[in-house]
Amino acid sequence: MKTTTAALVVAAVLLAVVGSNAFYTVDETERVIITQFGKPIGEVIDEAGLQIKTPFIQTVNRFEKRILVWDGSANDMPTKDKLYITVDTFGRWRIKDPLQYFLRLRDERSAQSRLEDILGSETRNAVAKHELIEIIRTSKDRTPEVDPLLADVDISTLLPITKGRQSIESDIFDAASGKLAEFGIELLDIRFKRINYNESVRQKIYARMISERDQIAERFRSEGAGEAARIKGDKERELQKIESEAYREVQTIQGDADAKATAIYAESYNRSTEAVDLYEFVKTLDTYRSIIDSNTTLVLSTDSELLSLVKGIDQRE
Amino acid sequence: MATQRQAHNLSQIPLPRGIIPIALVVGLLVWSLYSAVFTVPAESVGVLQRFGHYHGEVNPGLHFKLPFGIDRVTLVPVKRQLKEEFGFATPGANFADQSSPPTQWELETTMVTGDLNTAMVEWIIQFRIEEPFDFLFKVRNAGATLRDVSESVMREVIGDRTVDEVLTIGRQDIESTAQVKLQEVVNKYEMGLRIDQIQLKNVNPPEPVQASFDRVNEAQQEREQMINVARGEYNKAVPRTRGEADQSIQAAQGYAIQRVNQAEGDVSRFDALLAEYLKAPEVTKRRLYLETLKDVLPHVAGKVIVDESASSVLPLLQLNTSEAIR
Repeated sequence: MKTTTAALVVAAVLLAVVGSNAFYTVDETERVIITQFGKPIGEVIDEAGLQIKTPFIQTVNRFEKRILVWDGSANDMPTKDKLYITVDTFGRWRIKDPLQYFLRLRDERSAQSRLEDILGSETRNAVAKHELIEIIRTSKDRTPEVDPLLADVDISTLLPITKGRQSIESDIFDAASGKLAEFGIELLDIRFKRINYNESVRQKIYARMISERDQIAERFRSEGAGEAARIKGDKERELQKIESEAYREVQTIQGDADAKATAIYAESYNRSTEAVDLYEFVKTLDTYRSIIDSNTTLVLSTDSELLSLVKGIDQRE
Repeated sequence: MATQRQAHNLSQIPLPRGIIPIALVVGLLVWSLYSAVFTVPAESVGVLQRFGHYHGEVNPGLHFKLPFGIDRVTLVPVKRQLKEEFGFATPGANFADQSSPPTQWELETTMVTGDLNTAMVEWIIQFRIEEPFDFLFKVRNAGATLRDVSESVMREVIGDRTVDEVLTIGRQDIESTAQVKLQEVVNKYEMGLRIDQIQLKNVNPPEPVQASFDRVNEAQQEREQMINVARGEYNKAVPRTRGEADQSIQAAQGYAIQRVNQAEGDVSRFDALLAEYLKAPEVTKRRLYLETLKDVLPHVAGKVIVDESASSVLPLLQLNTSEAIR
């Protein structure tokens, strides 16, 4: 009784061990190659789910089915116009032929280093063949919007290109994807992630940016001074104009009035000889009023009209 | 008493022989029940895999699955808006790839513009997981991939713009263009994501250049100020002079009216006088003469009356004695 129980337990344990080694699952994200003593056996298993194999002597090798990232390291390299830039690229790839991949590379780490070798050097080649602006810009025909404040400053222009970023990316892609195919790798794309000026170039770029801005600032100041001077001149002109026009009008009005008054007087005083006489007479008398005052000493003769009576009534002739 | 004895008796009873297997079976049942029940929170769906094979999606709520790891559930928060931040990080991330470590920030933000200047651009993308199947099974680590793609796309867009567009006027255009391009790439990779929004955050010139950009702004202000001051002076002087000119014209017109009125007054007075004079010229003349002298003479301090016929008697006239006489 006891021995049979023990035997049963041993059998169950054995069965469990063998079973757990015979059955394996394939995830939705992977494909499997079965190897026997290191040698691939049968087809690539593409179907996710529960699978069976010969226990112990066969090994499960799992390969990613999903799209994978190759994230290149940032490298310093010169462009055709001898600018040192730091380029950081990344690419997308997948294991197209797991068998080939398994035979040539075995695991993902060696795949990544092969990608780094091939894509790194192709990137370097492509960058060296082009000027920096070709890697920076994409579209050939874009006209930039211009800040109305900077409209008449000669800045804010995009530098022209003949190829552009995407075209260079596809050059790298074309050059590299053939070389990667023999490793069972399908390159899906490669893109520039970061492109920056190298430390040594950066200072020069900054200096250029600063001088560019300073030049704009100077222009603004000079524009301000110029416009202010223009307004000042405008003011002077306007003042002279207003004042002289007013002077002209004042003189005209006054002259007209004087003429009119003169005409009125002349018409009346010149009417007849009597009128002329009377005017002279009255005007003379008026003159007395203004020239004889308290400081005047007047010597009056008794022969005068006024005092003729002083010496006697009959003195008058 | 009876219960006590029973308890006592119970402890005396030896364990039945089958107790261990029974305990094992019960334990197994509890474990299987435990591993067969799961809940999907409201903002997620559960992606079910049986032996690794995709078996479907389950909606929020309490659910059962096959125990012992036969069925596996991955929760994907499809209704939650996720974001990725570039160049900075806000606390409280709910997504593994929401932000990068601070050492990466400067590299993330530094970009070369289409006029070969440099700008520092911070931005965020907001997105949702639209297709959990694609998100989990088409691309490995879709979140990190999205970061790479987003950086690449943003630089592509910035590279086609001038530094002034990037810093000021082109922001909205950059956001919308980048969103369209990013969605295109995401669709191409079948990442199962929907990009809701791209927002630019701080966009600045690099630190050493910042001051010169500020100087441009200052110069702009200065220009406006100079123009305003000049305009102020213009406005201070011109309307005033215009008013003064009007004033002198009005005064001249006043003068003209006055002059004419005066002339007319004088003339009508003279005419009246003339009419009377013509009636009796001698008398009128004399009257006028005398009236004038009557008005004038009282004001004269020194009056000397001389008789013509007494010329032998030398009249003594002391000039300069007006003071004494007075």
